[in-house]
Amino acid sequence: MQQTGNNKGIFLSLDWLTISMYLAMIIWGWFSVCGASYDFAHPDVFSFNSNSGKQLVWIGTSILLAASLLFVEKSFYEKSAYFVYFMMMMLLILTLFIAQDTKGSRSWIALGSTIKLQPAEFTKFAVALTLGVFMNRYGFTMKRTKDFVQLVAIILLPMLIIVMQKETGSALVYLAFFLVLYREGMTGSLLFTAFACVVYFVVGIRYGDDWMAYMPVSIGEFAVLLLAQFFVTGMTWVFCKNALALRIMLYGGVGATLLAILFSAYVIPFDVCWVLLGICILQIIYLVILAIYHRLYRYLLIAGFAILSTSFFYLADTMLEHLDDHQRIRIEVLLGKKEDVRGAGYNVNQAKIAIGSGGATGKGFLNGTQTKLKYVPEQDTDFIFCTIGEEEGFMGSAGVLLVYLMFIWRLIVLAERQPDTLGRVYGYSVCCIFLFHLFINVGMVLGLTPVIGIPLPFFSYGGSSLWGFTLLLFIFLRMDAERNFKKNN
Amino acid sequence: MAEPKILDNRKYVIGGIALVIVVSYIIRLVFLQLITSDYQTSAESNAFYNNIIYPSRGVIYDRNGELLVYNQPAYDIMVVMREVKDLDTLDFCNTLHITRERFDQRMAEIKDVNKNPGYSSYTQQLFTGQVPPEEYSTIQEKMFRFNGFYIRERTIRQYKYPYLAHVLGDVGEVSQDIVDNDPYYQPGDHIGTMGVERSHEEELRGVKGIQVLLRDARGRIQGHYKNGQLDRKPVPGKDLTLSIDVKLQALGERLMEGKLGAIVAIQPKTGEILCLVSSPTYDPRRLETKEKRAELYNELREDPLKPQLNRAILGTYPPGSTFKTSQALTFLQEGIIDPHHTLYSCSRGFHYKGMKVGCHGHGSPLPLIPAIATSCNGYFCWGLYHMLSNRTRYDSQHTAMTTWKDYMVSMGFGYKLGIDLPGEARGMIPNADYYDSRFKQQWNPLSVISIAIGQGEVLLTPLQIANLGATIANRGYYITPHVVREIKNGQVADSLKVRHYTKVDSTYYNYVVQGMRNAVTGGTCRGANTSLYEVCGKTGTAQNPHGQDHSAFMGFAPMNNPEIAICVYVENGHFGATYGVPIGALMMEQYLTGELSPASEAKATAFQNRHINYDSRAEKERKREKAPSNSPKGERVKGGA
Repeated sequence: MQQTGNNKGIFLSLDWLTISMYLAMIIWGWFSVCGASYDFAHPDVFSFNSNSGKQLVWIGTSILLAASLLFVEKSFYEKSAYFVYFMMMMLLILTLFIAQDTKGSRSWIALGSTIKLQPAEFTKFAVALTLGVFMNRYGFTMKRTKDFVQLVAIILLPMLIIVMQKETGSALVYLAFFLVLYREGMTGSLLFTAFACVVYFVVGIRYGDDWMAYMPVSIGEFAVLLLAQFFVTGMTWVFCKNALALRIMLYGGVGATLLAILFSAYVIPFDVCWVLLGICILQIIYLVILAIYHRLYRYLLIAGFAILSTSFFYLADTMLEHLDDHQRIRIEVLLGKKEDVRGAGYNVNQAKIAIGSGGATGKGFLNGTQTKLKYVPEQDTDFIFCTIGEEEGFMGSAGVLLVYLMFIWRLIVLAERQPDTLGRVYGYSVCCIFLFHLFINVGMVLGLTPVIGIPLPFFSYGGSSLWGFTLLLFIFLRMDAERNFKKNN
Repeated sequence: MAEPKILDNRKYVIGGIALVIVVSYIIRLVFLQLITSDYQTSAESNAFYNNIIYPSRGVIYDRNGELLVYNQPAYDIMVVMREVKDLDTLDFCNTLHITRERFDQRMAEIKDVNKNPGYSSYTQQLFTGQVPPEEYSTIQEKMFRFNGFYIRERTIRQYKYPYLAHVLGDVGEVSQDIVDNDPYYQPGDHIGTMGVERSHEEELRGVKGIQVLLRDARGRIQGHYKNGQLDRKPVPGKDLTLSIDVKLQALGERLMEGKLGAIVAIQPKTGEILCLVSSPTYDPRRLETKEKRAELYNELREDPLKPQLNRAILGTYPPGSTFKTSQALTFLQEGIIDPHHTLYSCSRGFHYKGMKVGCHGHGSPLPLIPAIATSCNGYFCWGLYHMLSNRTRYDSQHTAMTTWKDYMVSMGFGYKLGIDLPGEARGMIPNADYYDSRFKQQWNPLSVISIAIGQGEVLLTPLQIANLGATIANRGYYITPHVVREIKNGQVADSLKVRHYTKVDSTYYNYVVQGMRNAVTGGTCRGANTSLYEVCGKTGTAQNPHGQDHSAFMGFAPMNNPEIAICVYVENGHFGATYGVPIGALMMEQYLTGELSPASEAKATAFQNRHINYDSRAEKERKREKAPSNSPKGERVKGGA
């Protein structure tokens, strides 16, 4: 095949819609960085001493990087994925040793005196490629335990190293790959279990110290056990379709719970949670009996879920007590249990004030006072969304979210039209990573998710992250452009 | 394959997750930005503006409720650079009575981050401070025309009397260093810089209040944030009542005119300081306006006699013979002397192995009480000699010296007494280690004999000498001397109620009291004798490297149930009886009878006009200042106990 002809065809079949969204976002991002880092004493936004000036350099080099990535064929990644993965892991480990301590984390490598790179931003694409190539293998199936364990190991290894670099936030991003695995056939019950754990945690801790009227019952504990009971009952129905078991669990469980509440409220007040705990244990025993009787493995898994659900509240409570004070306070502030506007809640509270003060149309470019008066910390990196909210108002902040939704939707479309598993897995990886960043970063600024320091792609200031996301995206765009070409080699 | 078909549907799950996230975030934004008025009253852009309300600083009274320091309103002109628009500079300058050049210079200074590190164009910056009330009304009328300029009400300190400058201290603008280290202060805030203003800053200042206001993009105030829920009212500063008697202080300052030195009077029972005179002094009323204040500080800096130095607590002097009382007490307690039977000879001084300490003519040999009354040098030199060379009681000279030092420290010497004023000096009491290093181990009782008569290495502050008087008056204890008697709605430290007992038993004090009484009735302090009450006293004539001897007096009255203990110290005043005794007598009369008799009044005027010539001292100081030197004062020696 002629190289030139190939590239010309590539050029034509590139997805220009995604590229224009990419360009729109980095330019929009640059204006936000200007707003966030603007200094009235040095009003020159193009000066290379200011973050806005430096960001221009990052944008320019990113576009160059993007253009050159379009020349690298998909087959190259296919062949070199494992090698790249291996090299990136080595680089991560090396970083552990040579990185200087930056605010407690050891994740930045200094190149010369001015440039610092964060290798963790570049390993995502390597993991995505490796997952794709691994799953593209002939005869791969998620159902084989060995294959599945290897997949999970590919994801967990970089997470582990990054956690050791004390960059827990960046490590959590790799959880996004489990969504990719779900698309490729991982059982949904795992995702549901994770979701259930989050719900238990939030409800249990938030209302753990609130008491029901006239009864010595902790609302948090009660709610978690009740949820566990319903989730287990639901799972039994969804996965095993056993109508008799459903009826026994539903009527028995709900009936016993109601009786216990009435008894506690009108006869002798006692802790109803003991009854709920008993119901959950009976459910577990029942599920184990069903598993033996029907010789169905699934019942055992549900029983496992039931054990996890029942014990989760107590485990979480004990765990929380063993956390450091500042971490526990952070969690309690996030869950709304404590109001602490000066301490742990300060960042989020100031962020909310900044965004709230933007109103419908915002204060105008470079006119935001909350962010410029340095009320908001990390305003040009992790908290960049504040500046958008303040200067561009609801129009701007909702606009950013909608552009992101379009962008993610487009990536799903592109991923689905890939001819092979490599392309699809890689495409979903890109999509899910952006989704995860959006979820955590904007959620944190809005006070809905924990304060985890990860950037908002294309908007936050920083060379490493912009390069990393450009790399991730444009490898995929080139793959996508090749979808119509038959494999010749 | 059937399964991929099912898996295909999972794209909707992932897309659905994205949709749910974005939609819920947008709903949140609708609440934050469009609905909730907590953050936003309207579509206009608002920002918070913290309006600080300064509490009134506590006022200061003397012990009789006489008002000493109070407040008067003054006005600061503040500027928010971002809001300065269409300013009629000429009109502005005329209103404030400043020149155009001054205006430009000041605006440049505010913007200069080096000179004004906390600069922000969004917040109020001090343009000029302390506009007097007369100018305020005209400025106030025109203020609406000057966009970006604000008036901030402050108060300035006013002083009712020209006295007590050193004790009252001063209030000045806070330094950058303090702003960086104490979150309470912001640039432009006031803080006590000297005297009780500084030592009681936290009580006097109160707590600043705050109004959290919202304002629009043009700086117009739109109202209170959350209806003022976050506003805090200022807490006014607490009023202080000093233990100082301003009439006594006035007399003291009058008597010390034209002389260097200090007078400290203490109420022995309570440790309350009745007067704290340091001479030369200055008129605190000159601190009131900015111009006079700058002029005063210039003058004080230039003056070679250092009027800013509070000699009463910072000056360290040889105590001379006043110190002999402490020696008598030590020797009695240690059993070195017997109050009735020990007789030491004095052949116009102490003569032994070539060592000679002179004395004046009096009968010899003498027992203790007449020795104190006549201030016999020989007696106390023999006493110390016998103490230091006593090898039955002490195993070595080192132990004996250490024992001596412990007695001195128990009487409040060698360390700061802990007066509630900043910068107290600790004085100097030599210890054995000090002599070991000074004489390279080669010393004997004779080498240090002069400390027995308050000379040599011994240095005390006038406060410590007065405190010695109070200790003797109390027959064996003192209470930490202090100038703040009462804090309104507050509490003085409990440590000011504790009796500090010396190492000497109360009974031994009676001999010293009797000796001091005899000094007044028939000894060196005859000038202080009066029929109104029984005065006890001890003179001091201290040799020093600055020429003429210093004149000192330590005394208390009445002998039984003492009301006042006093130290008068006049630099280069020659004999203790020349200045110390008569000034001390006048002070005691003023305090104990509430006024001076006509005869005493005439005497006071005479002393007021009797000046000592310090020209040669001043000349020396001037020369020393030109030649750079690190040691601040020749008299002050470091080390020792």
